[in-house]
Amino acid sequence: MPVRSAYLSEIKALAERAKDKKALYGPDLDLSKYIQHIERGKIESLESLSHQAKEAAILTGMNLKEEHRSGSYLQIDQSVVYESMNKAYEGQLEIMSTSAAMDKYEWIEEYFWKAVPVDQDKYTAQAALNMTHGYFIRVFADQKPLYPVQSCLLVAENYVSQNVHNIIIVEEGAELQVITGCTLSKSEAEGIHLGISEFYVKKGGKLMFTMIHNWADNFHVRPRTKVIVEEDGAFISNYVLLKQVKSIQAFPVAHLKGDRASAKFNTVVYGLKDSYIDLGSRIILEGQDTRGESIARTIAADESVIYSRGDLIASTKGYCLAHLDCRGILFSEKAKIYAIPELVSDGSLKSELSHEASIGPISEEQVEYLMSRGISREDAVSVITSGFLNLDIPYIPEFLDKNIKEVIKATAKDAL
Amino acid sequence: MLRTEDLWVSVGDRQVLKGVNFSMKYGEVNVLFGPNGAGKTSFMMTLMGFPRYKVEQGRIFLKGEDITGKDIYERARLGLGVSFQRPPTVRGVSLKKMIDIMNSNGTDSTGINEKIEKLNLGGHLERGLNDGFSGGEMKRSELLQLMIQRPDLVLIDEPESGVDIENIALVGEAINSLLGKDKVKDQKRGAIIITHTGYILDFVNADRGYIVFDGNLLCRGNPRDILSEIKKHGYRRCAECR
Repeated sequence: MPVRSAYLSEIKALAERAKDKKALYGPDLDLSKYIQHIERGKIESLESLSHQAKEAAILTGMNLKEEHRSGSYLQIDQSVVYESMNKAYEGQLEIMSTSAAMDKYEWIEEYFWKAVPVDQDKYTAQAALNMTHGYFIRVFADQKPLYPVQSCLLVAENYVSQNVHNIIIVEEGAELQVITGCTLSKSEAEGIHLGISEFYVKKGGKLMFTMIHNWADNFHVRPRTKVIVEEDGAFISNYVLLKQVKSIQAFPVAHLKGDRASAKFNTVVYGLKDSYIDLGSRIILEGQDTRGESIARTIAADESVIYSRGDLIASTKGYCLAHLDCRGILFSEKAKIYAIPELVSDGSLKSELSHEASIGPISEEQVEYLMSRGISREDAVSVITSGFLNLDIPYIPEFLDKNIKEVIKATAKDAL
Repeated sequence: MLRTEDLWVSVGDRQVLKGVNFSMKYGEVNVLFGPNGAGKTSFMMTLMGFPRYKVEQGRIFLKGEDITGKDIYERARLGLGVSFQRPPTVRGVSLKKMIDIMNSNGTDSTGINEKIEKLNLGGHLERGLNDGFSGGEMKRSELLQLMIQRPDLVLIDEPESGVDIENIALVGEAINSLLGKDKVKDQKRGAIIITHTGYILDFVNADRGYIVFDGNLLCRGNPRDILSEIKKHGYRRCAECR
């Protein structure tokens, strides 16, 4: 049975009221020019994609042969073009578009716009008023598919506003890994990606979510993410941005509602050209004995501007422990990094919150040390920078490592 | 193998070397003694080409080639290697990664594993370089890297400093192995070793000793005799020798 129309009307009414509401952070965007709508048909397999689309998908970690994946989801512009489940995992999880899930399950109402407020800003409003699918992934209670689900949200045309609404539900005692890539198949495309992500990790569940963003010069991105973690649940987020973007602003939230819940954010950002990047993570520690960790590694090259935010908010009456580790390197005199850690203890007498934030150059002493082993200056800078960005993110393909090296090679010349 | 001619070096406003003339043959082991601040480490860092050590006058020749203007990595590739007294911590670059880079042609993986085991560094491979390493672990890691680099001439700065008594033997044996003491003379590596305590002489047969004093090399001679003099008289007499 589909979601109640009365609920959807309620959502739309809230969205209407917020459609001109500016976001708290990031440049304000005029959404009226992103009007292109393209319907596409389904494809038989990921390998039947165009060459450009294949290349773009691969660069976000998509395995086109679907080896070592428990399922796949691919959306191009506004159309869902491919969904599949590895037969070995049938009965363990389900994958479909969120719109299909809304037609199928009335209870989606309990998860749809329940974590992220629909009237947060004009971008959430636009995503609600003009929703163009997004993925729905649910792993059933106590199921632990061995391999990750992969998804790719790809924009292929100009002036598209891709407004996806993603929902992941990890039922009690279940575990899930997701690798998702958001990207463009034409580097010159002008457009916007609005991604609403509402994730629910139930009691004793675990979600490892890896997101790779590959955007380009004329593209704006406004993801809105909130994760609700119940008792003994765990959420791990890995985020990688190594390509230029016109502007991106996101401040995902992990709300640790249950006792002993935990969250960890790993964020790797390399700012290129005139990218405007405003990224952060917020962990709300509400349950007792909750744990949080947020690690950000940021490099600003060229004329990029990067805001690296981190909030830890303790509101538990019991014990909680959380740490922020935010480090940045500037590669250019024209680049800027703002590291903004914030710790809040809201009447939480036993909370232990800490942070370390630093911005500095690559250490000349370290470079010379490596050079004394016969490594050229350029290679030494590359090795140290790769090491700085390496947060041991699993399932990141080797070529991503290579990608990091190439970007560093192209931009690190002014670093020292 | 190595020769310096009238080497004058400054660090900032300070003159740290004052006309050093030095030469050594292939496979020779030279030991440098001297009080703190005399110029021992400055001499080593200058040979290796660290830019902070500015050569104002004089030249350095390695295997007949003038390396005075060469970059650090070029000197390393020409056959110079260094074991630092206090190497920097490089988080994010593991010892294993460093070994892989230095052994990128992959010619000696079996030998490397043996060396890692011998130096008791198996548990440190995944850690950042020198990240939380004890004094002894740092020295062993330095020597392991030099064993893989295989330079013709190694510069070893204070191999005993920060190392406990038990580990000094391990470090000493590693230096001996690095210098190829089991090989015939012409295959041995040359070395310049800085030592305060002289403990290293219990493990390494040094050919020659020097006292570095006030930016110059004095008292060339048998290293054990020099050490014995230092133990008796300290460095007071050095001023008279100048």
